[in-house]
Amino acid sequence: MVEEEGFRRYVAHIILWIGIAIVAFPVYIAIVASTQDNALIANGQMSLLPGGHFFKTYYQTIFIGTSGSTREPVGNMMLNSLVMALLIAVGKIAISIISAYAIVYFRFPFRMPIFWLIFITLMLPVEVRIYPTYKIVADLHMLDSYAGLSLPLIASATATLLFRQFFMTVPDELLEASRIDGAGPLRFFWDTLLPLSRTNMAALFVILFILGWNQYLWPLLITTRDDMQTIQIGIRKMITTTDALTEWPIVMATAVLAMLPPVFVVVAMQKLFVRGLVETEK
Amino acid sequence: MQKQAIFQSKLLPYALVAPQLAIVLIFFYWPALQAVIQSFLLQDAFGLSTSFVWFDNYLELLQDRAYFEAIVRTFFFSFAIAVSSLSFALLLAVMADKPLRGSMLYRTLLIWPYAVAPPVVGVLWIFMLHPSLGVLSRYLRVLGIDWNPLLDGDQAATLIILAAAWKQISYNFLFFLAGLQSIPRSVLEAAAIDGARPMRRFWTVTFPLLSPTIFFLLVVNIVYAFFDTFGIIDTMTRGGPGKSTETLVYKVYSDGLLGGNLGSSAAQSVILMIMVIVLTGIQFRFVERKVTY
Amino acid sequence: MANVTLRNVRKTYPGGFEAIKGIDVDVGDGQFCVLVGPSGCGKSTLLRMVAGLETVTGGEIDIGGRVVNQIEPADRDIAMVFQNYALYPHMSVYNNMAYGLRNRGMAEAEIKTRVGEAARVLELSAMLERKPRQLSGGQRQRVAMGRAIVRQPKVFLFDEPLSNLDAKLRIAMRVEIRRLQRRLNTTSIYVTHDQLEAMTLADILVVMNGGQVEQVGNPLAIYQKPATTFVASFIGAPPMNLMSTRPDEIKSQLGGSAGEAGILGIRPEDFVITDQTPAGGVALPLTVEAIERVGAETFVYGSRAQEDQRVAATPGELPPGEVIVRLPGTEAPAIGQQIRVAAVRQKLHLFSGDGRKRLEA
Repeated sequence: MVEEEGFRRYVAHIILWIGIAIVAFPVYIAIVASTQDNALIANGQMSLLPGGHFFKTYYQTIFIGTSGSTREPVGNMMLNSLVMALLIAVGKIAISIISAYAIVYFRFPFRMPIFWLIFITLMLPVEVRIYPTYKIVADLHMLDSYAGLSLPLIASATATLLFRQFFMTVPDELLEASRIDGAGPLRFFWDTLLPLSRTNMAALFVILFILGWNQYLWPLLITTRDDMQTIQIGIRKMITTTDALTEWPIVMATAVLAMLPPVFVVVAMQKLFVRGLVETEK
Repeated sequence: MQKQAIFQSKLLPYALVAPQLAIVLIFFYWPALQAVIQSFLLQDAFGLSTSFVWFDNYLELLQDRAYFEAIVRTFFFSFAIAVSSLSFALLLAVMADKPLRGSMLYRTLLIWPYAVAPPVVGVLWIFMLHPSLGVLSRYLRVLGIDWNPLLDGDQAATLIILAAAWKQISYNFLFFLAGLQSIPRSVLEAAAIDGARPMRRFWTVTFPLLSPTIFFLLVVNIVYAFFDTFGIIDTMTRGGPGKSTETLVYKVYSDGLLGGNLGSSAAQSVILMIMVIVLTGIQFRFVERKVTY
Repeated sequence: MANVTLRNVRKTYPGGFEAIKGIDVDVGDGQFCVLVGPSGCGKSTLLRMVAGLETVTGGEIDIGGRVVNQIEPADRDIAMVFQNYALYPHMSVYNNMAYGLRNRGMAEAEIKTRVGEAARVLELSAMLERKPRQLSGGQRQRVAMGRAIVRQPKVFLFDEPLSNLDAKLRIAMRVEIRRLQRRLNTTSIYVTHDQLEAMTLADILVVMNGGQVEQVGNPLAIYQKPATTFVASFIGAPPMNLMSTRPDEIKSQLGGSAGEAGILGIRPEDFVITDQTPAGGVALPLTVEAIERVGAETFVYGSRAQEDQRVAATPGELPPGEVIVRLPGTEAPAIGQQIRVAAVRQKLHLFSGDGRKRLEA
């Protein structure tokens, strides 16, 4: 690396800290607001320093919910989000890894057409097919259910492609050695391929969990019952009523709670997260 | 495409692809087909009868001034979001790529907003810049700006662009940093020995070598601005005031759900699908290029 | 304990490419058979057909008196050592060796005994709990061997097992493989492109080229009497000097019909510097172009005089007119010097004009 003199390094540090401040500021405001009194905020008198209502606000948010608009405990919403995110992440990984296994390790009629059928779904995000999909889910009586929340989002060409790509890098000799060692297709998959895919699965899980947790449009359409709402939907419903009635500290506490799990995942599993992000975009 | 070493089995591979195939057919192809069919149909006001109207829904859209404006608006949003987010992220990445103390910490502190959901982004920003209670609005008013994004369409659009760009900084930063780190140090050292000063080195060596990453991110950001901004818009402005922040995706949603105009909404979906296919196509052509670069 | 017999074995790929063009080899019980040849000659394909990893499109493969053409690799009672070892990266050394035994439902106690014994023989006892990535190249190689040994199969198959090791380790492992094979007395088939490895390991050497067998036999016999010019230039380093002969020349002394061109071969080590022309032998005047002194011996690269009609017979093996001579390390002619080398009658090899047939004296 070309060494740089002190002055330029200081400039770099300063720019980076400005960037961090810009990135963090909205979240800081949210945290501060969630610890303050609603009346103060509504008057536009909000302080830039944390207030004393931290426990009160978060207790009410998690266990009771807003007193006006939704009245649904955010703890319950988080549970719904968690179940949905886990179903999507685990489901996607499970069905993708086995279909990629079939496509890479077997030769069978219609192999390529099936691959293309899966591959083309990359081009059909849920946003461009919302109403027909909604109708099918309604016809299948899956509105307001975890199955309805997760199934339409579970098919993933990206994950299938990722696993296919990874399997291609696994040396052929491992399969051959397994065959000589007396392992059939299912045993090879379970004993060798699955353990080898662990890092890829973990990286993918991190990304898919975040994407699942952050789903918005689809849950918005198919949940009508309050007790099936995810946290992302709940937060929007809290600010639907006229401005004056919005309970901002609770809204902000909900926003913080909505950010917490995925941000924690990114920070705690940074290596896997970066890997997953880069791999899924390839 | 496929291994030389494979297993022989007649039924097993079908059993393995069955779950994914079933979901893809039921939840992707069937609805997509329905959208296409629906786009050729017209329902009467009470949903009692439908008639086949060929391309009427499309023709109506093309003559609809509001739709045309939504197209222009969506593209404008996309470019504004992409350009502002990309340039800021590139600046940060170039700084973080330097051999600084604590560069891992910087990376951690800059990438976490990726995990913030679009609706939450919307709530954070509208709260910060709310006309009556936003903490930043006070200072804007001090500066003499008549700030009210809930009434002023241009201000609402600015707010959407800022919020959407903010969310995308971490993603772009991460990919720029990866791109910068993959440039061989020896190339930069050679440029330094050839007498290129830091600024010149950046524009003549780093930037051209980074161009595949830039192009890739441009496409990703545009797709992001098309689809993922829905949550931001829905929590911040609901497409208003007027229709000043209504993007194509938002219009599909509002025309279909709120307006009940399913034929038009379906036609819009089909047009969106075509746009996505074009964008994905561009992305794949680019991926091929990345390999040979 | 088993013989391996290949009867007119063929392999044709769906595209029509014929990789193996009818091969007959018989490996006796406990023998060490080496398949050697240049890359693409089909030796690995043949080995993989014996293993059951490639289908057989013609002929029969017989292991221990049983035709195995349609039998799964796992049921052929063979074990294989791969070029890249193909160790299961996520399993410990112990589990790598035990995996094949477990799949066969062997009792854990018996597995333990067998793995322990193999580890002792291969000096792996101290690293049974390690993962393959924590081992050196040579240790990985030994684990791959161990995985084969514990199975106590009828046949060992080796697919270039030493080519990923550095030169020194390769020689050590070569010796070890041979020692182990003698001790276990298990029939073995070994593929390599390294003729030195082939010569030192083989009981029976099979020289292959273009999907066909060029020559089968005892390695020394092959060295002394190569059947074709291909074998002559492939076995032995540096390769045998080959040159076309005038119809009227030495050939008339060796036999063959007059007027038919032939190819004369002389190994570099069979030359001596002399002014004499041995009776029935050959003498060549050479200009020294380059020399390589490697200590024990000196290699001289010489060019023959213009008027000399003989040219190298197999293009690519020797540039036209070039002759390699191996001399004792004490001798070192100067570059540009004119020397005269000769080889005696018994050291000459004569082949038909197309190089496909050895003409016996």
